[in-house]
Order: sequence, then C-alpha cells, then structure tokens
Amino acid sequence: MLSFKDFKNGLMVTLWFVFLTFPLLVIKINPIEKSVVWRWHNMLYVACGTFVFYVLSRLYLARKRVVQQKIKAGIVKDKVDWSAKLFSEPKLYIPLAIAGGLFSLVFPALFSTYQVNIMIIALMYVVLGLGLNIVVGVAGLLDLGYVAFYAVGAYTYALLNMHFGLGFWTVLPIGGLLGTLFGLLLGFPVLRLRGDYLAIVTLGFGEIIRLILENWGDFSEGPSGIANIARPGFFGMDLSLAMSINYMYYLTILMVIFTIFVVNRLQDSRIGRAWFALREDEIACQAMGIDKMKTKLSAFALGATWAGMAGVMFAAKTTFINPASFTFLESAIILCIVVLGGMGSIPGVIVGALVLILLPEYLRAFSDYRMLVFGAVLVIMMIFRPQGIISTVRRTYSLKD
Amino acid sequence: MDYFIELFFSGLTRGSIYALIALGYTMVYGIIGLINFAHGEIYMIGAFTALIVSTVLTIYGFPLLAVIVLTALAAVIWAASYGYTIERLAYRPLRSAPRLSPLISAIGMSIFLQNYVLLAQTSDFQPFPALIPEFDFMEPYAHIVGSSDLAILVVSAIVMILLTFMIKFTRTGKAMRATAQDRKMAMLVGINVDNVISITFITGSALAAIGGLLIASHIGQINFYIGFIAGIKAFTAAVLGGIGSIPGAVLGSFILGLTEAFATGYVSSDYEDVFAFSLLVLILIFKPAGLLGKATVEKV
Repeated sequence: MLSFKDFKNGLMVTLWFVFLTFPLLVIKINPIEKSVVWRWHNMLYVACGTFVFYVLSRLYLARKRVVQQKIKAGIVKDKVDWSAKLFSEPKLYIPLAIAGGLFSLVFPALFSTYQVNIMIIALMYVVLGLGLNIVVGVAGLLDLGYVAFYAVGAYTYALLNMHFGLGFWTVLPIGGLLGTLFGLLLGFPVLRLRGDYLAIVTLGFGEIIRLILENWGDFSEGPSGIANIARPGFFGMDLSLAMSINYMYYLTILMVIFTIFVVNRLQDSRIGRAWFALREDEIACQAMGIDKMKTKLSAFALGATWAGMAGVMFAAKTTFINPASFTFLESAIILCIVVLGGMGSIPGVIVGALVLILLPEYLRAFSDYRMLVFGAVLVIMMIFRPQGIISTVRRTYSLKD
Repeated sequence: MDYFIELFFSGLTRGSIYALIALGYTMVYGIIGLINFAHGEIYMIGAFTALIVSTVLTIYGFPLLAVIVLTALAAVIWAASYGYTIERLAYRPLRSAPRLSPLISAIGMSIFLQNYVLLAQTSDFQPFPALIPEFDFMEPYAHIVGSSDLAILVVSAIVMILLTFMIKFTRTGKAMRATAQDRKMAMLVGINVDNVISITFITGSALAAIGGLLIASHIGQINFYIGFIAGIKAFTAAVLGGIGSIPGAVLGSFILGLTEAFATGYVSSDYEDVFAFSLLVLILIFKPAGLLGKATVEKV
C-alpha cells in the first residue's frame, strides 16, 4: 500500500512539524523571573504524533482512491454509507428510536442527580444544535453568532423574572419571539450579502451582544450576572431540588422531541425544499422562482427562535446567568456539533451533541484539551468526511422494474 | 490641541498595525476568495515567538541590537511557516469543495491554534519586553507621541512600500495579480497557482508577524487571545476599504484606527470593540463593496 517514497515524505513532514512547533512547545519561558525551561520531551511527542498521523492519513487516502477506481471500473457497486442505510430503513431505525426514547424516559430513575444534570446540558445542546442545523446544515448559511440569540433568550427570562416576576411558561414563547425578532433584525440587512460576509457579521453581532451585556450594568447587572432566577413551576407545587431537576430533565426531553418534530416536518415542507435548493445553488434556485431573501430570512429567524427558547431553558436550569456563558467559543461548540454530526441530518446532530458534550464531562483528564480537539475536529471533518458522522439521506424515488 | 494630536497619532499607530494584518486578509481573499479566520492567530503566534526568542536571547546575554534583529527574524520565519502549513493542511485539500467547507475549516484552525498556544504556553497575560528603545531626539515630543509610535509608523510604512513594490514590479507579484484576476486563466499561461497561493499566505503571515511584534512591544503584554479581536478588527478594516484591494486595506485600517482612537478618547473606552463591530455591520449594509472595492456580479 505505502511506498518507500511515502515514508520519506513522512519523515520530511515530521521534521517540518518539529521545526514548526519548536519555539512554542519546547521552550517555556518565565518573563518575570527571566528563566527558561526546555521541554525536549514535547519534541519527541510531536515527531511521533506527526509521523503516525501522516502514515494513517496516507493509508486512508490510498484506500479511498482504490475503492473509487473500482467503482469507476464497475467492479464493485457504489456502496451506500452505513449511516445513510441505517436511517433510510424503517426496520432499522424505528427500534433504535424506540429504544432511545425508552432509555431517556427511565434515565433519571437509573442515574444520580449529577448524571441527570449533565444529561440536561447535553440535551440543551441537542436543541441548540438542531436549531443551528436549520441555518447552517439545511439552508447553508454560516452563522457564527448563534450564541447571541441564546443570550437574548436567557436574558429575557432572567430580566422579566427579576423585574416583573413572570414565570417560565409565560417567558418561553416571549424568548422565542424575541429571538426571532433579533434574527430578523440582523438577517434583513446581512442576508443580501455573500455567505462569508454573513459569517463575520454574525460573529461581530455575537460579540456586540456580549459586550453590551457586560458593560451596560444598569440593564443587565454587568459581568456579575443575574442570580436566583426561578425554576419552572409545576402547577404551583413546591418541588424539592432533586424533583425539580428531574422535572427540568423531562421538560428538556419534551423540548427535544418538539424540536425534532418541527424540524423534521419543516424539512419535508415546501420551505424546507427551498432551503435545500438554496444551499445547493442560489442562482438555479432563483431561476426556479424562489424568493431568495425571504427563504434565507425564514431559515435565519427560525434558527434564532430555537436559540431564544433554548436560552430561556438554560436560564431556568442554571438559575444564574452572566455574559461569560455567551462567548464565541459557545457558538463554536454548537457549530462543531452540527459539523461533526452531519450537516442537515437530525440523528447526526443528536449524536454529535451527545458525543461532544458528554465525552469531555466523563473524560475529565481530557477536558483541558476540549477546545483544541473541537478545532481539530472541524478541520479534520471538512477534509476527510464533510458529510459528518451520520450523513443525510437524500429522498429519492426508486423505479421498480 | 495636544490631546487631539496625541489621539491622532495613537489612531495612526493602531491603523498601521491593523493595516499590517488586514493586508494578509485582503491578499488571501483576493486570490482564493476565502476569509482566512486563522490569520489573527498567525499574528498572535508571531508575537508569542517574538516573546520567547527575545527572552531566551536576553537571558543568554545577547546585545540589544542582536536581540531585536534575531527576534524579528524568528517571528517572521515562524509565522510564515505557520501560514504556509495552515494553507497546505486546512485549505488546499478543500480547494474544489463547496464554499462553506474551507470557511469552517478556517474557523476550526483558528480555534485549534488559540488553544494550542494556550496549552503549550500559558493562559495568563505575559509581559512583553520593550524592544523599541526610547530615542533621544524624540524627547521634546514624548508627551504627545512616543518613540514606539514613531517606530511602528516608520516600520510599517517601509514594509508597505516594499509590498507594493513586490506586487507591482516583480514576477511573483505579477503572477499574484494574474491569479487574483482569473485563476484558471493564470494556470493556462503557465503560472503555478499552488505556489502563488503559498507565497501569498507566506507574505501575509510575515506582515502579520511584524504587526504582532510591533504591537506587543508597544503595549507590553500579550496572551493567546489577542489574535481574535485584532483579527476581526483587521478584517473590518479590509472590508471597509474593499476586500481584495490592497490600497483599500491600508485606507480602511487608518480610518478604523482613527475612528477608534477618537471614539475611545472622547466618548468611552468600554465600548471600544463595539465601535469596530458596529462599523463593520454598517459598512456591509450600506456599501458592501467597500470604499475602493469593485462590486462583483456573479455570473452563471
């Protein structure tokens, strides 16, 4: 499979990376005490890591090429991806969905409050991921300031609860609506522009919202945040802490199911088809008589609605929010969920959220490297598997002969 | 009046640093149409390499002049190497992929590099030695404009003149302009487009490293996060001037630098970053092509 030349190239690449990482990884300085520590062992790690990664990626690419040649020559048929197969066969995915549903129902009875808490967080990211999936995965608009709408929702609940004592159920739709409103406000001027401008403007918008929340102390209590936000009520009953956490868990599950239902229905609707079409080819889409602006705006605003609602839930769950929860990194995590899971794929986003949120929680030693891995995941997925873990199934008609 | 002049010079200084970064953005965008999100990180890596090299050299007792020259060289060499490697690893395999893919890859690279420096070095602010000495002849004006302001202005002016010269009169520059105009056509006339793109990344990264070195020495501290904000602001400047246009990037940077300096000087410094971001949103709404850019029409 691999020739001698590959190994020679591997050595060159290794040497290059040893050189590249030399000042930052090997030398550790203390500018105050004027002392230097030389960490030569890091050089060894880099060398081994690079070489192994190079050989593995070569092997992967070589295999891919061989398979593609065979498909071209007609020796083997183009294999359907395992994930696409799993989710196109009702016989396979219905039992899986039922098992997943049952497990999520009995989850709080089986595990401790701590585990339930982590699960709630993961499920909230599922909702956020599904919301962003409408924007990025389905409509193909790269939104890097998604967290801004999340912040809008969270602060809506926190402020309305603090000043007017409004409850969770009243604010949930208000938060969603405000999210939509902000989405429309931002989307209207920006969506006329090319896709990459959208990315940077949304990024800027996310930062503006965070900076305003941080600096406008009279309005948002500044960096110290808002505490003692009411948990969601259950027909006016007083719930114990453990009970209210379980209650929150079921609410989140409901929210996830609701989201999956809506997103699924939307994807099959007229507007959903328009989103897919717009993602694939804008010009052809306009030629087919689809209003580009309206379609994009609806995707953007709908994504923002979900972020707003998720924000309300987040504030109700943590009972304390401050601007530090709404940094760019949060947007990056949600984007990473969508990309890793598979853009446009609902099961993919669910798996992506569970993997990316639960893994670092359970592998504590690894949690320092969390963001490093997220960054690498984005790059590696784009290069090796742009369709994500679970790729979307294109609905096709098959002619039976 | 003194205060006004002081703000004016501080705006010019900021502007020239933004220009050094914005040039990298605009050159890369001009050639492959990609917003290189990792560009701000290159600037940060340049500053960090400079900090490490200068500290090590000072500890081993090199004279100041040697420290300055070697530090600048090291910062430029390593930043350029990072720029080259990023292009090879994260962008080149995606050259024919859909538009969104390289953009996501670029964001991933930016997050990766930030955390790489965070883990390899430290998350704290690190003091940066003042590499630029106080000039004696500047003493009468020291209350208005510092020696390092002057050094930044002079160095960036020289660098920008060199860049203009390179792009206008050398073979490489010609190849760059040709590739920016029409990549396929450039290939047909025998330009090695991959090499040209690599050279663009290397040049842009070297400029960013010089910017990083200058600003770190001017402000006196750095951390792993400086690239993010500086990157967005430089991008704002590039868009303001018209992305893809080199004189536009410089003009946009000076406008942004001066606006920021006066806004923080006369209004409030809490909202310093908000000014830049709002400016970006406003330009894109009212004049998406920028001041010196050409509006492009997509043709089928």
